[in-house]
Parts: sequence; C-alpha cells; structure tokens
Amino acid sequence: MTQRKNGLAAFGLAAALLCLTGCKGAKNRPVNVVGSTSVQPFAEVLAQEYEKRNPAERVEVQGGGSTAGLQAAVNGLADIGMCSRSLNEAEAGQFTPITIARDGLAIVVNPANTVDGLSLEQLRGIFSGRIANWEAVGGKGSPIRLIAREEGSGTRESFMHLVMDKDRIPAGAIAQESNGAVKELVKGDPAAIGFMSLGLVGKELKALAIDGAEPTHENVLNGKYKLARPFLFAVKGAPGAGAQKFIDFVLSADAQKMLEDEGLIRAK
Amino acid sequence: MKKDKIIAAILTVTALSAISGLALITIFIFREGMPIILRTGGGEFFLSADWRPRDGSFGIFSMIIGSLAVTAGAMVIGMIFGLGLAIVLTQFAPPSLAAVLKPVVELLAGIPSVVYGFMGVVTLVPLIRNRLGGPGLSVLAASIVLGIMVLPTVTSISVDALQAVPRSFWEGSIALGATRWQTTRMVMLKAARSGIVAAAILGMGRAVGETMAVIMVAGNSIEIPGSILAPTRTLTSNIALEMGYASGAHREALFATGVTLFVIIMILNCVALSVSRRSARERSFR
Amino acid sequence: MRLHPATTERAVVTLLWAMAGITICALAFIIIFILAHGLPHISREFLADSPRSMGREGGIFPMIVGSALVAGLAVLIAAPIGVATAIYLTEYTREGRLTAVIRFGADCLAGIPSIIFGLFGFVFFAIVLGMGLSVISGALTLTLMVLPTIIRTSEEAIRAVPQAYREVSYGVGSTRWQMVTRVVLRSALPGIGTGIILSLGRSISETAAVMLTAGSALRMPQSLLDSSRTLALHFYILSREGISMTNAYATASVLIIAILALNLFAYWLMSRFVARVR
Repeated sequence: MTQRKNGLAAFGLAAALLCLTGCKGAKNRPVNVVGSTSVQPFAEVLAQEYEKRNPAERVEVQGGGSTAGLQAAVNGLADIGMCSRSLNEAEAGQFTPITIARDGLAIVVNPANTVDGLSLEQLRGIFSGRIANWEAVGGKGSPIRLIAREEGSGTRESFMHLVMDKDRIPAGAIAQESNGAVKELVKGDPAAIGFMSLGLVGKELKALAIDGAEPTHENVLNGKYKLARPFLFAVKGAPGAGAQKFIDFVLSADAQKMLEDEGLIRAK
Repeated sequence: MKKDKIIAAILTVTALSAISGLALITIFIFREGMPIILRTGGGEFFLSADWRPRDGSFGIFSMIIGSLAVTAGAMVIGMIFGLGLAIVLTQFAPPSLAAVLKPVVELLAGIPSVVYGFMGVVTLVPLIRNRLGGPGLSVLAASIVLGIMVLPTVTSISVDALQAVPRSFWEGSIALGATRWQTTRMVMLKAARSGIVAAAILGMGRAVGETMAVIMVAGNSIEIPGSILAPTRTLTSNIALEMGYASGAHREALFATGVTLFVIIMILNCVALSVSRRSARERSFR
Repeated sequence: MRLHPATTERAVVTLLWAMAGITICALAFIIIFILAHGLPHISREFLADSPRSMGREGGIFPMIVGSALVAGLAVLIAAPIGVATAIYLTEYTREGRLTAVIRFGADCLAGIPSIIFGLFGFVFFAIVLGMGLSVISGALTLTLMVLPTIIRTSEEAIRAVPQAYREVSYGVGSTRWQMVTRVVLRSALPGIGTGIILSLGRSISETAAVMLTAGSALRMPQSLLDSSRTLALHFYILSREGISMTNAYATASVLIIAILALNLFAYWLMSRFVARVR
C-alpha cells in the first residue's frame, strides 16, 4: 500500500519540479490585475500598450469575475482588483475604488421591432414577466422573449441593480454567457429583448431609449441615460509603486482615448 | 535479475496512476460538493427546481430534467444514425469503401465540441426558430447537435461488436435462404446485442457529459422544458456558465452539481463495463 | 400485410445507405463550411502575430503556442505513464484483482466528462497545489484525461505483437526488460504512436477543462505558471463575444487542419503497424 502512495507522491513531486524549472525570469515584479471578465479585455489592451511604452514593466491580467478579483485584492494575490459594478457597502469599506471608465447598459431589440423606447417601469415589467406581450408597450402583438445573462455576470448584476430593484427575472428567460451571444440571438429573433454593453451593440440591433433618453455617450456623461455602470480598479490601502504607475497610465488622456475607441465612456 | 525486480516495481506503481487519478478526482469533487448537499438534506437540492444563487436557493431539479431530456433526444438520433452506419459499414458496404468510411467517422469524434456548438448556432438554431417556432435555442437543437457528437462513439463500438460475430453465423443464415437484411436483423444484431447496448450506454455518457456545445445551443433557461422547442439548462452547462463568478455557497452548489453529474456518469460507466464484460464472455464461449 | 422479403430488403438497404450518406454529408458540411469561411483569412501574419484589441485584429501566435504547450505537455507526461501501465498489464503480471482495479480505473477515467476534469483541475492543481490558472494546471488536467486512451491503445498494440517474437527474444537469453524494450516496444511502436497522436488531437480540441484550469489570458505565456489561452478557447471566445467572425473562422480552420493532419498521420501510422504485425 505504501508503495502506491509513494508513486502518487513521486508523481506530485515531478509535477512540482516541472513547474519550478519553468519559473519566471527576472524583470520588475509584475503588477497583478485580477477580476471582472467584462473589464479584462480592456485591461489587456491597456496593459499591452503600457508595456510597450515601459519595457521594464510587466502587467498580468487575469479574469475570474468581479467578486473573485476583489477577494484576490484582499488576500494580496492581486495588486489591483477589477470590478464591473458599484461596490456594495461591505466592500466599499475595504477598498479605494478608482473608476477607470464607464459602460452604458443598452437595452436591445431586433431592428424589425416597432418599439423605440420604454420607460424604466415598463422595462422592469417586461423583465419581471408582468408584461408578456409587445402589444402592451406599443409594439406588434407577439409574446416577448427575454434574453438574460448568466447568474453572477457583472452585466446581469448591474442590470438587476439599475433596473430590477427587488424584482426577479423569471426562470424561463434564456441565459447567454456573453454579450456577443445575446447580440446574435436578438439579431435573429424579432420577439427578443436583451441587455448588453453599449459599446458592443453595433449597427445590427436597435438600442432602446429609456425614459426618453437615447443611449448615447453624451447622455451617459450628462446623466440623462441612467443605465450605466462603472468599471473599477479596486486597491486595498495604498497601491505599490508599480501598481500606481499603471493606474496613472490608465487615467491618462491617451489611455482614456483608447478606452473610448473600444466603445467605453471615459471616466470623467 | 535484481534490476528486473526494480523495473517491475516501478511499472506496478506507475500502473496505479489511473486509479489514483480517479480516486483523487472523486475525493476532491465530493469534498467540495458534499457539504451543501448534506446541509440541505439532499431533498431540497435535488428535488427543488428553484435555482436562485443570489437569494441562496439552490435546487437542480430542472437541470436534471434538462440533462435527461437532451440526452434522450441525442440517443434517439445517435442510435438511429450511429447503428445504421455501423450496419452499413459491416454488412453492406464493400470492404474498400468501409475502409475509407470508418476513419472518416472517427474523424467526427476529433472535431472540437466548440465547433459543433458553433455550427449548431449558425445553422440549426435559426432553422428551428424560423420553421418550427420558439426561440430556436432548444432541447431539439441540443439533441441534434449531441446526437451527431455521440454518433462516432456509437458507430465504432457497434462496428467492433458486429465484426466480432463469427463469420459462420452469417454464412449459415445466408445458406438457409435468408436475405442480407434478415440475416442482419435476426442473426447479427442479436449476436452483437450486448456490444451494441454497451455502445448506447457509452454514447449516453458522452451526451450527459458534453458541455460547451450544449451551452451554445440549449438556451440555458432554468425551467423544466415544456416542449422540445423550449430552452433548457443541463447539469454540465450550469457548472460551466456560473463557475467563473461563483464563491461561497454558490460555488459549493456548482461542485454539488458536479457530484450529481459524477454519480450519474459512474453508474453509466459501471453498467457499460458489466455489459461489455458480458459480451466479451459471450464471445469467448463461441 | 406482410411485405415480400426482397421488397423489405431493398427498402431497408436504401434507408441505411441514405443514413450513412447523411452522416458523411454532415461531416463534410461542417469541415467545408468552416474552411470556406476561414481559409481566405489565414496568412503568415495571422499565424505569426500576436492578437491586438482582444483578437479583433492581429494573429493567433500566442494561442498556437498555448495549445502546443498545454496539449504537448499533457501528452508528454501521459505517454510514459500510459505506456508503462500497458507494459505492466501485458508483460509483467497475470490477470487478477490488481489488473482488474487498474482497468476499472482507466475505464472509468475514460468516461468522465471534461467539465468534471475541469472542476477537479481547478480545485486540485490550481488551488490546492497553488499552480493557479496556468499552462501546467491545464496540462496536468489533460494528462489525466488522455491517460486512459493511451493505456488502451498501447495495450492493444502490445498484445498484437506475435508471441513468437517474445519466445525468440527469450531464446537468445534476454531478460524480460530487454525483451520488452528491444522486441515488443519496437514492433508495437507505430500502434502506440497512433494512440499518442490521437490523444494529442483530443487535447488540442478540448475546451471546457482547459477553460477552468489554464485560464484565458491573451498574451504569450512566459513560463509554465502563466495563464494561456488555447486555440479552441480562443475560437469559442471570438465567436461567442462576437469580437471578430473572420478571425473566429480562421482560428477554427487552423484547429481543424491540425486535427485533420493528426488524424491522417495516426491513420497512416496505424496502417504501417497493421502491415508490420502481419
């Protein structure tokens, strides 16, 4: 029996050795940025540009979700936690949130849909299942097909926070795991309604006006279009020198311009 | 001679790595997933269709039903086409054609599941939505995609089973004046029965366990599907969809979903093993 | 009403051939559809560049490296273990309780879905052993996944080596190990190679397990402890996020060509093996 256990231990040891030999060469200690998968692609773009400008620096960007990112920042596993929603009360006490950009939340329907705008109340009615037919909000009579995001995604959390209040999305709603999948589905289905990042809507979908405000960058900036969420970098205490340098870069005019080009809305 | 003993010892230890791996997997999946099942007493977790992680309700009943529905649909398609193909390959196709077709079918197994899912999304889903109604993402779409995916498993194991039937059975039946189809149906399929059952069960295991393709075409709604055109969520897609974000009880519940899946698969494995052992025994009696 | 056997025969045979035809057409359709959309976009730059703006522009070089590292390492670790297990099962023991346990382990492992491997790898390699979401976590997870295939194909290849070879080898005074390495392994090598190559193909096309263990970082991994995105996962993310359909098709084409090439190579090796053993 011990022989078998030894084999197992040897297997583990070999594996451990194998990864030690693969360990990193020396450069500056990398800045670890961990968290929201919505922020991740933008952070990667920024990290790439930052490293190009500062060849001695290294920034590691990892996904895992907003909550995981904040946890990693608490444990010291990450220098910066990425978060795609407002911090809740408990979290707000632990972190300094730095808004790096904002993301509008677009309510999208098929271009063939005759509805152009909804009130927030109607939107909540639709996504809680109380309004089940497009006729009730001025459209052509057909059942409404709800397209939601999966439980836990920052986009869904923000939608719940900004729109749903205490209401629930019914269990029969379709759940897709990405903005693109929501888009694809709404594009092909005249009865569908979904929510997604404003920057990714494109020309094939119709983004609805909410409470009379069109979903544009200007309307998000001047506060008329209410459905927007912050993209945050959360740091615990004072950030280290490397992390601070990266944050400074992210807030610089150049980097903010890059984020705007990617479809986000600048922080200020 | 001493060197040979050492080598034998090393080989013995290495040979145990597969079973050790299985043991490790079992231990860790159960360690992460069992607490929440034990806490809720199991009844609520398995029999409630209420999955609302934000409110702390974790019931996977609708996903168990979703997995069963999708698997059943996949087996209908996979068995009809997979077994049909196996019969053609072994009984009707000229050997030269069969020699080309068999590797082609095996190639089907090599195509990544994300490609199958993607093809389902771009071709099958719009077709179902426009022709049959509903959102397109549905039990039916998932069944067809999975049916194609399990087909190579079903076919290659059935082919092995049919080829293992002694040639004399076939000759005897033909000599008695039976047609080739009568021979196939009444002699060959009967003789290869347990091998074909094993093929079906292993195919079922693949269908229950498939993840990425199902996420893409099943719609993932958390409701017991009312028809084959309704969307559904399976056990596997529940794990893959939400694992990225989960922490605390939610994460435990996803591991518990994994435990459920693991137990289903192990039961299928054991049944398939005993069936194929029986078919091997039948073969050795001949 | 009873149909004449000849009529039934004709109807059934037609139906069976039709089903076979549909199956083959479905396969051809999938491959041609992907290649037709993707091949025009594959260029040397696409293969050799890093992705820019999340993969919308640029190439897939880091993903090719990621796939090669994760899958290559997995097979590199699994092959010696798998072949050693097969040698043990065929040459060093008699069927008994221990071999039954080993076979049971391999058979069960073969049936476990990839998402379960992913969950396990995530907890065990990434968290408990502290390897994080990394190339090595992904590779070790895939090692367990392909191990049964390598064991089974190697065992079949070794069993197919004629008994006479072994007797001749003993006859000239070889030890068991010499007999195994010089005679058995040498003639079984193409058969073993086939299993290894098919495992490589399976590792490359795997997505669910890799997603949970190797992560999805877009950049070139600098060490085995870095996260890396594989081709299959890159295709999934590109197409699902709707980032760039042309790049998604091109990535899928690279993947399919790789799988086709591996399968053809495996098939060629197998036919050589069959020729040799006979």
